[in-house]
Amino acid sequence: MSAAAEIQLIAIAVAIACALPGVFLVLRQMAMMSDAISHTVLLGIVIAFLLIGSLDSPLLILGAASMGVFTVALVELLNRTQLVKQDAAIGLVFPALFSLAVILISRYARGVHLDVDAVLLGELAFAPFDRVTVLGIDVARGLATMGVILAVNIILITLFYKELKLATFDVGLAAALGFSPALIHYGLMAVVSVTVVGAFDAVGSILVVALVVTPAATAYLLTDKLKRMLVLAMTIGALSAISGYWLARVLDANIAGSIATMTGVIFGLVFLFAPDRGMLSLALRRLRQKWEFAQTALVIHLSNHEGKPSWEHERRVEHLSEHVHWEHDFAENVVQRAQQNGLISRRGNELSLTDAGRLRAQEALVA
Amino acid sequence: MNLFEIIQFLIEQLVFDYTVRTVALGCAVLGIVSGALGSFAVLRRQSLLGDAMSHAALPGIVIAFMLTRSKSSLVLMLGAGIAGILGTLLFIAIVRQSRIKEDSGLGIILSVFFGFGLMLLTFLQRDPDSRQAGLNSYLFGQAATLLVSDVITMALFGGVALLILGLFWKEFKLLSFDRDFGASLGFPMQWLDILLTTLLVVAIVIGLQAVGVVLMSAMIVAPAASARQWTDRLSLMVVLAAFFGALAGMGGAALSSLGDGLSTGPVIVLCISAIALFSILFAPNRGLIWRWVRRGRNRRRLRVGAVLGDLRTLALQHDDPHHAHSIEVLRAMSLGRGGVEASLKVAQGRGWVTEVTPGEWALTDAGILETERFVSADLGVTTA
Amino acid sequence: MTKPYAVEVNDLTLAYHEKPVLWDIDLVVPEGVLMAIVGPNGAGKTTLIKSILGLLSPAAGRVSIYGKPYEEQRHLVSYVPQRGSVDWDFPTNVLDVVMMGRYGRLGWFRRKKSHDHDLAMDALRKVGMEKYADRQISQLSGGQQQRTFLARALVQDAQVYFMDEPFQGVDATTERAIVTLLQQLRSAGKTVIAVHHDLQTVPEYFDWVMLLNVRRIASGPVAETFTEENLRSAYGGRVAFLSHAANGHVETTIVSD
Repeated sequence: MSAAAEIQLIAIAVAIACALPGVFLVLRQMAMMSDAISHTVLLGIVIAFLLIGSLDSPLLILGAASMGVFTVALVELLNRTQLVKQDAAIGLVFPALFSLAVILISRYARGVHLDVDAVLLGELAFAPFDRVTVLGIDVARGLATMGVILAVNIILITLFYKELKLATFDVGLAAALGFSPALIHYGLMAVVSVTVVGAFDAVGSILVVALVVTPAATAYLLTDKLKRMLVLAMTIGALSAISGYWLARVLDANIAGSIATMTGVIFGLVFLFAPDRGMLSLALRRLRQKWEFAQTALVIHLSNHEGKPSWEHERRVEHLSEHVHWEHDFAENVVQRAQQNGLISRRGNELSLTDAGRLRAQEALVA
Repeated sequence: MNLFEIIQFLIEQLVFDYTVRTVALGCAVLGIVSGALGSFAVLRRQSLLGDAMSHAALPGIVIAFMLTRSKSSLVLMLGAGIAGILGTLLFIAIVRQSRIKEDSGLGIILSVFFGFGLMLLTFLQRDPDSRQAGLNSYLFGQAATLLVSDVITMALFGGVALLILGLFWKEFKLLSFDRDFGASLGFPMQWLDILLTTLLVVAIVIGLQAVGVVLMSAMIVAPAASARQWTDRLSLMVVLAAFFGALAGMGGAALSSLGDGLSTGPVIVLCISAIALFSILFAPNRGLIWRWVRRGRNRRRLRVGAVLGDLRTLALQHDDPHHAHSIEVLRAMSLGRGGVEASLKVAQGRGWVTEVTPGEWALTDAGILETERFVSADLGVTTA
Repeated sequence: MTKPYAVEVNDLTLAYHEKPVLWDIDLVVPEGVLMAIVGPNGAGKTTLIKSILGLLSPAAGRVSIYGKPYEEQRHLVSYVPQRGSVDWDFPTNVLDVVMMGRYGRLGWFRRKKSHDHDLAMDALRKVGMEKYADRQISQLSGGQQQRTFLARALVQDAQVYFMDEPFQGVDATTERAIVTLLQQLRSAGKTVIAVHHDLQTVPEYFDWVMLLNVRRIASGPVAETFTEENLRSAYGGRVAFLSHAANGHVETTIVSD
């Protein structure tokens, strides 16, 4: 397999592996926890490295992942003291642990292949040089690691799909049905931690956040169904990975940075042009609704005063700008539209409701 | 070197070493400004907005350099500021206009802006000129590169930010505590919000060169979170946060001058984190230690009261308030509350009970009075 | 010309994301009444108050206070938001919160003076909170928090008071204290408009009432307006009546809302 193909495969595996737990983080409104975890796992790696003395041991992943879970627990512990709010607790915990890691590396682990820039930025371009043999096949280590993590994520999320779904949308019900929300919560956090550690090598810590949060959030703009959101998030992640790789290649820039940029570009496109929730369709819908809404307001206004002493006064067009606070031109425009739609009739400056108009007013008030 | 010598050395460095002094001054300025403005961010639950802003600043720094080819910190700070504000505006737009929640919005802005910045940075680094510009130092901060002119720029910007904070003090307080009420008084809350958020960007931009984009958010959150534990007054909190920020800034700068390879950013962040930890544990009234002590004392008091109550209940059955009962009976009555013997000892120390014969206890006159008081104060502890 | 109404709302329509929340509300409130705004959840009670106060911008309609647009009459108006709308762990004390009621009078850049301090203490005395002036607000009970908010409104020395659920989650003592306070305000010729949840106490605490459910169902003196028919049309099937016609009151109980 060519180096380019291998790099892309790793990037895709990372993107998909991140998108899966990312969907649940986004839905549970804990996206920033991935930011915290992606920083603190470094401390886990460093401590495990200092204890074991090797960077190749699988124990490293274990150490790092437990640091991720520890971070979550620490944030919750702080939050529970009620001395600081949740957001401040996150903001206190992860910079401290990350700083500790950076200092430990610069003091005790220098010269080892564990430099801070790589942790932060990732160096996907060099991934094909680091090789292992798995089942007699020679592959890049990153590909093997991420392949395993991806497989585990898929299996876990398939197995516990029902529980995760329930715990995400209805914590109370989940607890009542006997699923421990805390167990599911920490399980998810463990998955996030392991994924983050694996993704570290490839894309670096901060860009993990881009792959965890952005595709999932993008998918959230496109669908209401959890299954579809998972599939969309994975697809968007993979698309970002491939396009990001080629962008980096064209610019001769950092691959991870380019992938993150592409997640942003795709998000931006969806944010603007998504069929239902995009800004464009929203603006169009609002424009259309504005006139509909104004016509309804007009017929309700008229029906409120019909048959009352104020009627002769309130039915006049010029009153609309005065009392309803509409600009004159706007009021004229609304009257014209309502007339065209057969909601009102007009003689001179006096308006009357038609039967259709009365019906519309009634329907609006009942709804 | 023992601890005393280290401290002496540090102080000498701070006072006499020109570079260290400059660096320390710069870090103090950033600590003051980020502490003061961070207080408002923390109170308004915008702690993580600072994190997103500082990450979002990176592409601004790189683009500013690309456009001007200038290494002047003023130019780079300007770029950082613009990018930070842009990121914040986008964040607000995403959260307001779509169903995406705050946490995801922050995550998106933070990671995408930062990734974009990295892409540009690595793109630039093919060019040897840019490699020397030291843009890399903005990642973790390189306080050692601070020049006197940088410190003056920082102090100027920071001073103006603090001045504005002082001028609009009561309006900002209103904004942070009760926005709707402020609006009902006729203050333009939207504009005040924009102004205060811009000041926060200024605070962040000031610190980037020394602490770096990755860790800058700690300088926003930690001094404020520490200060909050020591006081219940906003003005004092802001002053204390500024003080803690300055302390950590100077201390961190001095400490990192000790060993090579110690980036200033992480050292400063560890200093301020230590202050935060200390505050959360030991601050009077709010601190955890205090709370534990208070809770323990309360529990002991309740236990003693319960034992007294039990003795009274038993004695009443004998029509003799001084009737003695064995500790076994009391244990049985305590329903697993435990600590019966310890409670009796405490009560004995106060003269409320006496051990009539070994293992047999009775209320004294003072004890009867105390029991009445206790029972009327807290009916819950009398065992029926 | 007759004396203008304390509050006059004309044809107020407001939508959230194009979903109408208030449809064409007309409302007049004469000076010196205690008016309850009642209606089911989601009826737009808070929204109505907020749009009268200009905190939300309506799609149509206008509001006047004593015959002039709200913006010109702001100094005549006082607002008591829902107690739960603020962070009570904010580092400030009771006196300081009450002092915020003076900020509108103080205007930009100016600091409070001893005169403001005296006014704030007076207001605290009126709600029986003078002993708590220095108390950190996180240490207050729900009732004390509400009293603090009321003191802040009193210190504004307004003519019209808008209160969003002043009785929400307060103890019985505070509830009585608030009722007394409202009556004092009325005797002083002030007008109070309060969002209220407890239908039973409407006839006892208020003399005017507005029934709201997206549109105005009815408004006027309690005796004429607070009728079973109007309540039914405001609450639909969601209110059940255990009504005795005893001493002219309709005793009502909400069964489900």
